[in-house]
Amino acid sequence: MQKTVSLTVNGRPVSATVEGRTLLVQLLREQLGLTGTHVGCDTSQCGACVVHVDGEAVKSCTLLALQAEGRSVLTIEGVATGDTLHPMQEAFRNNHALQCGFCTPGMVMSALDLVKNNPNPTEREVREYLEGNLCRCTGYHTIVLAILEGAAVMRGEAPPANVHGAAAE
Amino acid sequence: MYEFNYHKPASLDEIANLLAANDEAKLLAGGMTLLPTLKQRLARPSDLIDLAAITSLRGITDAGDAIVIGAMTRHAEVNRSPVVKQGLPALAAMAGMIGDPAVRNRGTIGGSISNNDPAADYPSALVALNATVHTTKREIAADNFFTGMFETALEPAEIVTAVRFPKLQIANYQKFRNPASRYAIVGVFVARFPNAVRVAVTGAGPVVFRVPEMEAALTQNFSPDAIKDITIKEDGLNSDIHASAEYRAHLVGVMARRAVAACG
Repeated sequence: MQKTVSLTVNGRPVSATVEGRTLLVQLLREQLGLTGTHVGCDTSQCGACVVHVDGEAVKSCTLLALQAEGRSVLTIEGVATGDTLHPMQEAFRNNHALQCGFCTPGMVMSALDLVKNNPNPTEREVREYLEGNLCRCTGYHTIVLAILEGAAVMRGEAPPANVHGAAAE
Repeated sequence: MYEFNYHKPASLDEIANLLAANDEAKLLAGGMTLLPTLKQRLARPSDLIDLAAITSLRGITDAGDAIVIGAMTRHAEVNRSPVVKQGLPALAAMAGMIGDPAVRNRGTIGGSISNNDPAADYPSALVALNATVHTTKREIAADNFFTGMFETALEPAEIVTAVRFPKLQIANYQKFRNPASRYAIVGVFVARFPNAVRVAVTGAGPVVFRVPEMEAALTQNFSPDAIKDITIKEDGLNSDIHASAEYRAHLVGVMARRAVAACG
């Protein structure tokens, strides 16, 4: 059964023809070409597919495209402003918070969801919020540092010294 | 995933008609269990009926000595609700332990209890807190709602509309979780009412159950010591690659004592 779904993606209105069973992540990646959102496990556990729907982090592999009808979706491609990285992305870069980078889009989207609800999280709160985001290469140490730094910059504070001991540029 | 027809009706009447016309239809709440199930091709519904447009199923109401939570209210909303935090803090905390943040942004109380996964958290809260399930047809006491593994007292085409919880300050949920799935290997919810204590266990058996021996002991003396010699029989408990029945039986005692201790 083909249906038309209309939604806003990264501020842009889009319409597409999908099946009932088409997942939001399939619409984003395969029909809209937004391949920054990844599918890691396909079982709702790894968080590589996290996007925001109406400002809330959700797993786009566990949402039908038709459930996003009329909603506003933000993917990793919509986070930066032109060539200027978002402070959270910049913090991931500063802290070398990725190795292969596969989990990074989901990490950044979850981090932004955390900071929206809790602008000044503790390290423990960051670790707890990453419950649904799995990284299989670096461990979480620098990811947590990056999120603390990104949150600080988003609060308008000077970034703390990063993992390399230097203040972020 | 097998193909299905997707519907998003605007009223409960429309849903009733769709359910009546399609034997193989399923209701879609948050989808946090149903969609993974469909992706694994473990179910093949002809139609999915999305409840998302039924706004009357959403929201948290302060009803004096009780709190009424609409079936489509998501775990994150229960976790953050000032009404729940104030009137029933143990429930707000429990909602914050379900799955992970992105799952809590989608998963709903109505979906969770209708699915009745043996390792889900909410069934223990409903039973320990003596909640009442409101449906499109009647009201069902939590003690009578959860009837077996993935089975409830719901009739075909009967839809959960809300859950009513009494307000209670002295209650606590302790969960020993599976770190991968984040489901409870064992979870124990303890609730201390003025004249009685209720203890409900999830994850350990095929369906949530109470522990009358612990309830009696805690009613006499509400302290972890009061239940330290009470052992749970492993007969009939779940046993899988994550934990043996013997281990789960042991965990029930540990989690119950922790929950009582956490009540302060």
